[in-house]
Amino acid sequence: MTDMTPDTPISDDPTGDEIALLEEKFPGAITIEDRKGYEGIIIDRDKLVDVARTIRDDLGYDLLNSATCVDYIEDEAFEMVYHASSTERGGSPFTFRARTPRDVAALPSLIGVWRSADFQEREAYDLMGVHFSGHPNLKRILMWEGFHGHPLRKDWREPFYEQDTKPFDSRWPGGHVIRAEYTNPYGKNVQYPEGFTLEDYHGDIEESVYAGLATTDSGIGIQHLRTDELVVNLGPQHPSTHGVFRMAVTVDGETVTKLEPVMGYLHRNHEKIGERNTWLGNMPFTDRLDYLTSMINNVGYAMTVEEMLGEEVPFRAEVIRVLMSELTRVVSHFWLFGFFLNDLGAFLTPAVYVITERDLVLDFFEAAAGSRMMCNYMRFGGVAYDLPAYIGGPAIFDTDRARRIDTRRFLHDLVYERLPRVTDELDRYLTGNEILISRTKGVGVISAEQAINYGLTGPLLRAAGVPYDLRRADPYGIYDQLDFDVAVRYNSDLYDRYLIRLDEVRQSIRILEQILPMLDETEGQEYWAGKRPYNHRVPEGDNYARVENAKGELGFYVVSDGGQNPYRYHVRSSSFINLTALEEMSIGHKVADIVAILGAIDIVLGEVDR
Amino acid sequence: MYGVGIFKGLGVTIRHFVNTYVDDLKWGVKRYQTDEGFEARQSPDTTGIVTISYPEERMAVPERFRFVPFLVTNEPDDPEEPNASWCTSCGICAKVCPPQCIWIVRGEDPETGRPIPDPAEFYIDIDICMNCGYCAEFCPFDAIKMDHNYELSSYDRTTAHIHDKERLSKPISYWQKIAPTRAEEERLAREHKEAAKAIKKAMRKRKKSA
Ligand code: SF4
Ligand code: SF4
Repeated sequence: MTDMTPDTPISDDPTGDEIALLEEKFPGAITIEDRKGYEGIIIDRDKLVDVARTIRDDLGYDLLNSATCVDYIEDEAFEMVYHASSTERGGSPFTFRARTPRDVAALPSLIGVWRSADFQEREAYDLMGVHFSGHPNLKRILMWEGFHGHPLRKDWREPFYEQDTKPFDSRWPGGHVIRAEYTNPYGKNVQYPEGFTLEDYHGDIEESVYAGLATTDSGIGIQHLRTDELVVNLGPQHPSTHGVFRMAVTVDGETVTKLEPVMGYLHRNHEKIGERNTWLGNMPFTDRLDYLTSMINNVGYAMTVEEMLGEEVPFRAEVIRVLMSELTRVVSHFWLFGFFLNDLGAFLTPAVYVITERDLVLDFFEAAAGSRMMCNYMRFGGVAYDLPAYIGGPAIFDTDRARRIDTRRFLHDLVYERLPRVTDELDRYLTGNEILISRTKGVGVISAEQAINYGLTGPLLRAAGVPYDLRRADPYGIYDQLDFDVAVRYNSDLYDRYLIRLDEVRQSIRILEQILPMLDETEGQEYWAGKRPYNHRVPEGDNYARVENAKGELGFYVVSDGGQNPYRYHVRSSSFINLTALEEMSIGHKVADIVAILGAIDIVLGEVDR
Repeated sequence: MYGVGIFKGLGVTIRHFVNTYVDDLKWGVKRYQTDEGFEARQSPDTTGIVTISYPEERMAVPERFRFVPFLVTNEPDDPEEPNASWCTSCGICAKVCPPQCIWIVRGEDPETGRPIPDPAEFYIDIDICMNCGYCAEFCPFDAIKMDHNYELSSYDRTTAHIHDKERLSKPISYWQKIAPTRAEEERLAREHKEAAKAIKKAMRKRKKSA
């Protein structure tokens, strides 16, 4: 069922023609970006919705990848930056922006054009305080209702605030240590609304969460049984939600009629931390986004900054990056098989089988990068180390058991033998299982048009019949030199979402089979070019770069003011944006099914909540 | 026929179950009590049970493994400067550390008050350290290395989790033990650097006299 993407011409950056068309249609509303290092156009905010619709319909950029806000405090303005791509033509995204003065902080919502703007605008409202007129459900999403202030604004300071950017002066040369906990006395650095007193504070009763879930008086009568509607919370402390995610649902009997995803329990304002950090300092933090795919996160972030630095990556490093990315994809999909089956009630047997395989791959990561999950392996201009000579280590403690397996042998056994065998075994084990089929066929369906409009990416989009894979659509690294097919399935139900991951694992193994000879050929070559500084200065400008993560498009949007720290650092998280369609996919299904639907979206809360 | 898929799947489960015993019978106790048995159990060819009975047995971690760093010092029986820290208190690790958990008080000469290349105090807040390994990677003097001892539990975090210079210091032989190849590579690189410096110095002298 897998087939090749048609050989579509990869379109260049937004051509002059496209901009000319917009200018002609909306005279006076379009300004061409002329700041150094920036690209795209600035759209007059009154015309934003109309121009956006033209960009979608006439220019064919049907997928809104990312919408995020930057606080240009010196210009007294907020700027929303949008990146839209064409699922048909591929190529780099079309960048457009809209500005609003800081004291107005209002823009029209694009939710009517792209549903995928929904959560992203809520995020901008929550963290930056920009209002989006026309957004039907504009409320906080990562912080809780009743939180005071907008943490991503440049003038907002966190309770542990010490200095705007790292490195902090207090660490050296006069580094008299204090525990971080002692630097946060309540009252200092914590902002309260004016006139706040504890006496009048009654806590957060989550009115806004439940507002949309109001039950109707009478349930829908099923045969002779009259049922009542009921609001139920699934999670956040429940294994079915894969972490601290919560679904507040209205059920009629067993059937879900409304669903409100509630998130942010794991929010640590990754982006604010990222703006305090140095450019290099962000690398280990990206490990903690989607912690099942830290290698790919590293690649994405490294690429984003490399493009701005104009850094060349040696060929061997590119080969190693693909090796790491594809192994990561395989184990991430394996993980999904295990826990998806767990969601369907198979408990842990499949999970234990796949974790065994994953552990072998992690053994390799550990030997190469020094850590199983928090790899921190990519650097600007290459990878941190060459591949290790062997897997295993010297025994130090009495009870230590040493092993020493040649890396080449280990990888060969894994890629040519074990992974294909295990994939076939999983296929035999699960694919024909009648219970699995009856639980998954026809559940959670979303049409291809809707999937694009909701901004779904990754396996979810491809299971809906849209062969959009960034490794082909907007190739990065050396993917254009590798031979593989973009997996695609057409039914868009849970069963296809399961099958497509099996297809993708097979394609990844196919890529790995081509990578191993390349590793042999490049043996001993340079793996990290350049001077390897620790305090990069990135030229002024902005950049959006993305990679195909196991869950979908992982993008990084960064703005540099020429300094040692990012001025803005934003993560376009596929786990987060894919959840936009959760309600759409869930309505009308049983409670037990929405657990499976959520499982098949494949979220990792580290990346959802950031 | 309905149920065929389920039975096929059960076949896989049974295979897994049987394989556990096949592997155990083939190896006997050797599978659990020798390093060869361990290697076979933890390699891509393994078929049976793969679990490790921690803490009775532990998997030795690879050389690049990173856990909370330590400071490298001379050996206690070093003929010239026993136990001397290799750290020059240059502050690079404190600057590169992403969560900023390294605190260094630069050493000062008690008479002149001028900075000396030896830290007066050196702290790492291990509650905050994210084990990224940057400090070791960017230290120009090989003076800070990532440790392999991941068992750091303690009863009291407020007093036990800020490691001071004394707690952090470990002799170079420890590093050579936990990461033999890397330690050797680094030693060669240092020697190379020294040699290059000496040559440069000699050449400069010659130029001057000429
Ligand atoms: S450990 Fe290394 S980087 Fe850190 S201060 Fe000492 S010499 Fe400098
Ligand atoms: S390992 Fe990373 S976080 Fe820990 S002290 Fe070193 S630089 Fe800082």
